[in-house]
Amino acid sequence: MATQDSVTGLVEPLLAGNRRALARAISQVEDEAADSHALLAALYPHTGRSHIVGVTGAPGTGKSTLVNALARAFRGEGKTVGIIAVDPTSPFSGGALLGDRVRMRDLAGDPGVFIRSMATRGSLGGLARATGDALSVLDAAGFDRILVETVGVGQAEIDIAAAAHTTVVVEAPGLGDEVQAIKAGVLEIADVFAVNKADRDGADHTMMALQMMQGLAPATQGHHRPASGHGHAEPGAQGDGSWLPPIVKTVAVRGEGVAQLAGWIERHREYLAATGQLSRREEARAANTLDHILRDRLLAELTQRLPDGYLRQVAGEIARREHDPYSVVDRILSAYGCP
Amino acid sequence: MADRKIRVLVAKPGLDGHDRGAKVVARALRDAGMEVIYTGIRQTPEMIAEAALQEDVDVVGLSILSGAHMALCPRIIELLRGQGLDDVVVLVGGIIPDDDVAPLREMGVKGVFGPGTSTQDIIDFIRREKGEPAPA
Ligand SMILES: Nc1nc2c(ncn2[C@@H]2O[C@H](COP(=O)(O)OP(=O)(O)OP(=O)(O)O)[C@@H](O)[C@H]2O)c(=O)[nH]1
Ligand SMILES: [Mg+2]
Repeated sequence: MATQDSVTGLVEPLLAGNRRALARAISQVEDEAADSHALLAALYPHTGRSHIVGVTGAPGTGKSTLVNALARAFRGEGKTVGIIAVDPTSPFSGGALLGDRVRMRDLAGDPGVFIRSMATRGSLGGLARATGDALSVLDAAGFDRILVETVGVGQAEIDIAAAAHTTVVVEAPGLGDEVQAIKAGVLEIADVFAVNKADRDGADHTMMALQMMQGLAPATQGHHRPASGHGHAEPGAQGDGSWLPPIVKTVAVRGEGVAQLAGWIERHREYLAATGQLSRREEARAANTLDHILRDRLLAELTQRLPDGYLRQVAGEIARREHDPYSVVDRILSAYGCP
Repeated sequence: MADRKIRVLVAKPGLDGHDRGAKVVARALRDAGMEVIYTGIRQTPEMIAEAALQEDVDVVGLSILSGAHMALCPRIIELLRGQGLDDVVVLVGGIIPDDDVAPLREMGVKGVFGPGTSTQDIIDFIRREKGEPAPA
């Protein structure tokens, strides 16, 4: 439906701060409308100024409540805030129930805040396929900070770490055995830990479990391993240029600890800028985006060249053990691939 | 390729705190393949209009049990139209006396669903409004 005019006609009002144009533009990229690539191309020169903060963690740990509280903290400092809250699409119906706004009612009526709910639409990584593009749109619209709440399951952590500058991993007490409940992989991607629901029993336990895991983890790129046997190192930027993720206790429903959490996000941002990590993360983000787009485009182009029903037919041959999948792919590429 | 979903805001304006009906409708619309933004109870008309704009919805479904529909509906529609959301379909469900149906339509409410409406009726209505055929 959208014509070239209607899509590129969104660019000027969007850059001028028109919220309807912003909302329409996000829909265009989300729906992969015909001219959404032209729209993104026009907006791209205006991106690169927002600090993108991912908020991830198990279901019900308080991510939305924390995003609400963080947004208020940033607003208190005069910064504008864009929010993307991702919830899963039902694999059965293709529909989705997007309920994160329920916890963000404090932000209503604030012209410095823009909240958008997004369904994963079949993507498994805790973000929607179009989340990266929606981030670019919010970035171009000039928000100082963008908070992205992921779906609380799956490989969310890896995707969000690739999409965000600063990743906040939210843990909460009462998820069972602490060390078990803390998902493998969070140490590699967390820049800041929030132990939310600190008003509940067991928060100290969760803190200790995290500290213990930090002490055992091998140092990863840019992440520091505290020296063992000397108690805990001070979190944050380390003398050797690495970063030891701080662990902050919060009670999101009462706003407690949120100023400290927001403070650590800012400090991480400064650390990234001061150490040159920011441009490295930006390059990694770009490489990741490029990888996704290339895959999608190459696959689409190739499948377009195949005769109708071809893939189903060869899948049957593979299933019947007439051929193996690698030989079939070799055959497809030599017959239909790029010369 | 284009992958358009019908987006629906389900909201409960006014002061009554019963959102069972609204949640049932929200789930039914999700199960019919729509993307439903659920905002919870005690929404002001301003909050509803703002959410409708940010979420770029096709439909706003209001659940009103308090009897305040004759005041709330025109206010919400006025705010939506004031933001240029002219094509957004507004529906209201809840306890609506028969005598109020015609005036509500007059105000721009496209569909009025009283007690006893099946969720399928609402799904069919939205699909018709958005020009989508029901799946076979
Ligand atoms: N006691 C206590 N409850 C909290 C706190 N933060 C959030 N909650 C409650 O925990 C529940 C879940 O909070 P949400 O913010 O919706 O959690 P979420 O992680 O966004 O949930 P999903 O998006 O469903 O994964 C709600 O009932 C909140 O009120 C807290 O600090 N203390
Ligand atoms: Mg949430």
